[in-house]
Amino acid sequence: MKEMGNGGRADVNLVVSGAAGQGIKTVEKLLGKLLGRTGRFVFSTKEYMSRVRGGSNSTDLRVSAEAVDCPVERVDLLLALDGPAIGHMERRITEETLVVASPGDLEDRVGIRARKAPVDLEGLAEEAGRKVYSNTVAAGVAAGVLGLPLEECLPVLEGFFGDPDSEDVKGNTKAFKAGFEKGGDLDAGLEIEPGEAAGMLLMSGGDAVGMGALAGGVRFICSYPMSPSTAVLVFLARHARRFGIVVEQAEDEISAVNMGLGAWYTGARAMVTTSGGGLSLMAEGVSLCGMLETPMVFHVAQRPGPATGLPTRTGQEDLELVLHAGHGEFPRIVLAPGTLEQAFALTARAFMLAEKHQVPVFLLTDQNLMDTFYQVRELPLDDVDTTRFLAEAGEDYRRYSLDEGPPSPMAVPGSGTGLVCLDSDEHDEEGHITEDLDLRVRMVDKRLGKMEGIAEDVLEPELCGEGSIIVVSWGSTRNACLEAAALTGRDDLAVLHVCQPYPLSRKVGEILEGADAVITVEGNATGQFGRLLRDLTGITPDAEILRYDGLPFRADTLAEQLSSQLEGI
Amino acid sequence: MTMAYRHGTEGLDMAWCPGCGNFGIRNALLKALEDLEIPAEELVVVSGIGQAAKMPHYIKCSCFNGLHGRALPPATAIAVCNRDLTVIAEGGDGDMYGEGGNHFIHCVRRNPDITHLVHDNMVYGLTKGQASPTSMIGFETPVQPEGVILRPFDPVAVAVALDASFVARSFAGDPDHLSGIIVEAVKHRGYALVDILQPCVSFNRVNDYDWFRENSFEVGDDHDPTNREAAFSLAVGSEKLALGVIYRNEDRKTFEEQQPVWEEDGTPLFRRGPDLEELRRLAGEYEV
Ligand SMILES: Cc1ncc(C[n+]2csc(CCOP(=O)(O)OP(=O)(O)O)c2C)c(N)n1
Ligand code: SF4
Repeated sequence: MKEMGNGGRADVNLVVSGAAGQGIKTVEKLLGKLLGRTGRFVFSTKEYMSRVRGGSNSTDLRVSAEAVDCPVERVDLLLALDGPAIGHMERRITEETLVVASPGDLEDRVGIRARKAPVDLEGLAEEAGRKVYSNTVAAGVAAGVLGLPLEECLPVLEGFFGDPDSEDVKGNTKAFKAGFEKGGDLDAGLEIEPGEAAGMLLMSGGDAVGMGALAGGVRFICSYPMSPSTAVLVFLARHARRFGIVVEQAEDEISAVNMGLGAWYTGARAMVTTSGGGLSLMAEGVSLCGMLETPMVFHVAQRPGPATGLPTRTGQEDLELVLHAGHGEFPRIVLAPGTLEQAFALTARAFMLAEKHQVPVFLLTDQNLMDTFYQVRELPLDDVDTTRFLAEAGEDYRRYSLDEGPPSPMAVPGSGTGLVCLDSDEHDEEGHITEDLDLRVRMVDKRLGKMEGIAEDVLEPELCGEGSIIVVSWGSTRNACLEAAALTGRDDLAVLHVCQPYPLSRKVGEILEGADAVITVEGNATGQFGRLLRDLTGITPDAEILRYDGLPFRADTLAEQLSSQLEGI
Repeated sequence: MTMAYRHGTEGLDMAWCPGCGNFGIRNALLKALEDLEIPAEELVVVSGIGQAAKMPHYIKCSCFNGLHGRALPPATAIAVCNRDLTVIAEGGDGDMYGEGGNHFIHCVRRNPDITHLVHDNMVYGLTKGQASPTSMIGFETPVQPEGVILRPFDPVAVAVALDASFVARSFAGDPDHLSGIIVEAVKHRGYALVDILQPCVSFNRVNDYDWFRENSFEVGDDHDPTNREAAFSLAVGSEKLALGVIYRNEDRKTFEEQQPVWEEDGTPLFRRGPDLEELRRLAGEYEV
């Protein structure tokens, strides 16, 4: 387990908050570049309202000389781009928090307990040329407070704002310098030394899933936009020409999944990306996938429901949806990555598994993972299994042959002289409609029989630590759980992370069997994974830590929750 | 290459009622496919659910018999992923205009190179006689015992309104006319709709063979199918149903033609693997 001291400035959590449209994203991107280029590690995550203008949004940037990969509740430095942002962040502000805001905005908040640092962001921006440079001033303040070397920052600014001779670069550079000076003058004691982050890859969960899809050989993606899943559609659209992918925005999710199945019928590896609501619409298509035994990858980025719920926020409420979506009985696979490397590797793997076993594979992520950025050393490209599992359609080819498999060899139309027939009705070996009830039973058995091969490919859970009290995490909560466990300072804790909720590795049961206590951590209100655990292993968690306010687990507050749970155990 | 489409019906356990218009459509389709000389292994018939949608089980072809209402999306995807295949989407009026109505509209907009054959019997056959989107006002069914009150959907007018690249109507009772139209539709580059008037002898006693004969007419040589306004008038302005090629727009690019994947490479997508070297370069671009 990673040790993370919270005294002596091992890391600084800086939050930029303001209204939608105020350029928080620019600050985030610029600071990300500056921090990375100067050797610092950075983790960023955002929370935002489902609106295009106004409101209050915020982005956390956690900076350290050591690798950081999850959020904390604590705010060391708040850059408030407007007055309402201070109110928006109030719950997270303490006496320790340094709040940088315009003098007027700070005066309006006399009651706030914080270290106040009035900086006239807009005034400095105007001095530099234009009011719109205020977010660059803010980035400058942050860079100054964190003690970045100015001479290393300046070339980054040029690269970031374009043509070095342009007015924009000059103005922004001036604005940045002005902010930088103010930041340094604050003497905030929040400097972060450089670490070994140079040359690493800074990417988001959306990027990692997108690149995983490319590694998995995706050739077709069809989807209907839905937060927080759209990042993957946008990613693949951006690279469609370069990588030879058909990208289509469907008229609805029903069309999307049916197109995807059509694509994969021709052997083109396909995926859809959606969120819970979209998957609900696709449910009949999931069932079709099960019946046709045509592979399919479903990326489901969760957000809180029911119905429209909280469109831009996070949750882990759709595990049971992906486990059960679609009528009838058929095998499926559910993967839930916990890190960016896993997001990459499991996405690539989803394509391999789908084609090998001819089943729907669900890649279950969430807003937390999609919108998270941090550095990774490299993507595990060399470990990608690029095997294809397509047969040739010979003269007497029968798509649902009972002689081989399961699964029956899958050929695609045009790959030989044989015909490839699929049927959503119960079908015979050739793929034609049948009501032969004996054959029906054999076909069901053949489909469900694929579960054996699937079990052989199950990913094992990851056990970190040697303690006898086991914290069980699945999906995107992994990093927060690991750090929280370390923060408790207790060596009787271990963390078990599950990246494949279904089917579940036998190891999970074996490990938990020997535990003194089991605590599950989940982003939902009813403990869905705990239920699955009970169902598949007979083990009932001794305690559950559940969060369903739309925000991700943060290491420090999760550590407190763990500690108080442990008192009771 | 096998050209022998499954003629005759021996050996087939067909689910159609004797006398059904579907038989005429099948004969016309078989003749058209033979005239077109399309090898069976290069033909994919995509269908949904309904009596009409069973067609691919009764001819010799590769097929994707998917969900009720959902034939057009997979048909589009199949066409865009492997351009060596000839793709026909086929089904009933409930399937294509009701359950799948949204896909119909957007498929016309996409303009994939597929042929869309709709068996329009103005009733739901498989589910035993409820109203369909094309049922006439007053048509009585067990679910609409006092008669249909909704205005019928006019697929031909809608397709012309959406500037579909090929719109035709034919009649199951005239297989010669129909096979000629199907040949034209398949040859057409882009989306081609053929709305086929089809008597259902079991559940539609109103719109029978005689009714269709009396209430339709063949468009004459004087009709210019490239004239959209004339086509629209023909679709909505005639008391009787116009048969023949109503509209065509050869200027529209197909969905496939506009895909970057097909610009330089004609290889079907399933034969193209991942480009891990290019991906390595892309990952490198994330270095800060
Ligand atoms: C999602 C769904 N809803 C309903 C049905 C039941 N269903 C099957 S075919 C059909 C309508 C058949 O009418 P049509 O499409 O016009 O074809 P026909 O049988 O007349 O050829 C219905 C409602 C279904 N299979 N799937
Ligand atoms: S129910 Fe009607 S449409 Fe269906 S096969 Fe019988 S006659 Fe034909």
